[in-house]
Amino acid sequence: MLASRSMTDRIVDWLITIFLLAVGISTLLPLVNTLAISLSDKAAVSGGMVGLWPVGFNLNSYSFILRDEKFWQAFGVSVQRVLLGGALNFVLAVLTAFPLSRTTRAFPARDVFMWLFVFGMILNVGIVPWYLTISGYGLIDNIWALVLPGAVPIWNVIILMNFFRNIPKELDEAARIDGANPWQLLWSVYLPTSLPALATITLFSIVGHWNSFFDGLILMNNPNNYPLQTYIQQLVIADRPALHGGQAQLLAQLSNNTLNAAKLFVAMIPILIVYPFLQRYFIRGIMLGAVKE
Amino acid sequence: MFKDTDRLAYYAMILPGLVLLFAFTFVPLFYSVIAFQRFNPALGIQGSPWVGLDNILYMFSLRDARQVFFNTVFIATMKMIFVLLTAVAFALLLNEVRFLRVRRSIQTMVYLPHFLSWVILAGILRTILARDGMVNDFLALFGIGPIYFLGQPNIFPWVIIFSDVWKEFGFEAIVYLAALTAIDPTLYEVAELDGANRFQKMRFISIPGIAPVIVLVGCLSIGNVLNAGFDQIFNLYSPIVYSTGDIIDTYVYRIGLIQGQYSLGTAVGLFKTVVALLLIGVSYWAAGKYANYRIF
Repeated sequence: MLASRSMTDRIVDWLITIFLLAVGISTLLPLVNTLAISLSDKAAVSGGMVGLWPVGFNLNSYSFILRDEKFWQAFGVSVQRVLLGGALNFVLAVLTAFPLSRTTRAFPARDVFMWLFVFGMILNVGIVPWYLTISGYGLIDNIWALVLPGAVPIWNVIILMNFFRNIPKELDEAARIDGANPWQLLWSVYLPTSLPALATITLFSIVGHWNSFFDGLILMNNPNNYPLQTYIQQLVIADRPALHGGQAQLLAQLSNNTLNAAKLFVAMIPILIVYPFLQRYFIRGIMLGAVKE
Repeated sequence: MFKDTDRLAYYAMILPGLVLLFAFTFVPLFYSVIAFQRFNPALGIQGSPWVGLDNILYMFSLRDARQVFFNTVFIATMKMIFVLLTAVAFALLLNEVRFLRVRRSIQTMVYLPHFLSWVILAGILRTILARDGMVNDFLALFGIGPIYFLGQPNIFPWVIIFSDVWKEFGFEAIVYLAALTAIDPTLYEVAELDGANRFQKMRFISIPGIAPVIVLVGCLSIGNVLNAGFDQIFNLYSPIVYSTGDIIDTYVYRIGLIQGQYSLGTAVGLFKTVVALLLIGVSYWAAGKYANYRIF
């Protein structure tokens, strides 16, 4: 800074900082309220007395969830789809992005394929034909229905392709002179140099799989096959309490509100755990996605 | 240099992706022909009778459909405007915060809702917006309410719009913050020498500096005018607020999959698809022309 900052300047600095801190904190207040409800006494919650701090602190709802088979079954389905879907997304993104990152001289069909994929990305055919297609393949109530339709993450392909294209050509040529074929080139030159981009797209697909509920809702008829978000959606939003395991026990100790709040919170935990990575890599991902030429 | 075996390898790599693209994006396109049939699942596409444009014409005659179309465009447009304005204001203010630690903490707080699903956030919103929820408790301190946020048609769209602002403003601010960091610091120093105050610097340096990004975001959002946010509305609405809260996607879901009017659902969906394709074309064209942007 050139001139020393005046008193008013510094006061305004503080005011702005305090205002933004207040904005930041109030963004989180709804989440704090949910946590407080999940830790509160049933009576206090139904009396509307719980704000940001638990009233009648107890862990009943959490110990109930620990024993709730239906909840963990749904949790298991979600973990399964994240692993399966994440792996598929990763492999297909790499395999699709690499040939598309080549020049038209090296791979003449490149432009045609690129247009096909971009067209596929912006084309949204509507839910009815989409459902009929998948049920036509006999995938209803099958875990593959949750991972195959979105198996080629086209936006991730574009991010990765742009990243590949910015890798110095010299690396490419050096490997060529050593006699590397495209598979070796991808494996030993491109993959190792693209770790940040790969981390970004992997996080994108993990979060996407963990958060999606709608495919589970329409493609799974049997509630036992619901992923966690679908299960919670049916329980909390569509209000089908029959999905709670062990109803009689439940009514004795807990209200639906405390239990639902606890379930919402447990479903958030995986995201909160990966959040530090998310923050770092998603920001980078946005920048990669917005490559300008 | 460019060997045929290399090309073969490229084809082999791209093949699995192409097969899946075909199976799950282009095959549904063929299924869309049922928009021109009176589709009966028992008879299949071959057996169902063709009805020409009947479904499309019927759709235009439905008052519901017109209302739904209007709701969609209204909610989507308002979301864009308010998210954009909030994000720009937030980025400009955050840029004034000098302590890097504080800046980071604020960012960590406001980005979080972006990563949570609408199922979770809707569960939370239903709790805090309930009659005895946190928000009404707070308003009661000022003698206001209780307000039925999710049950009144005139309020519901605004709940949708501002809850979307809550989820997304911080995250959308990232691109503006990046643009602000890219501004040459000497510009500010020169302005200070000339005696410019904080607001003049903001007005004549920061805002023009991020203007191209604002134009870009604006152009790209043209393609989203028909996406008012299915996941969000689906998890927050109820029949009481259909008149203002029902959007194309929720409408198609209900008539197509719940009521089983496959052909009508497909027709409405197809209409949306066609309009959306045109809009996306326009948005990419505009983004290329006015913001020099290309996705590949």
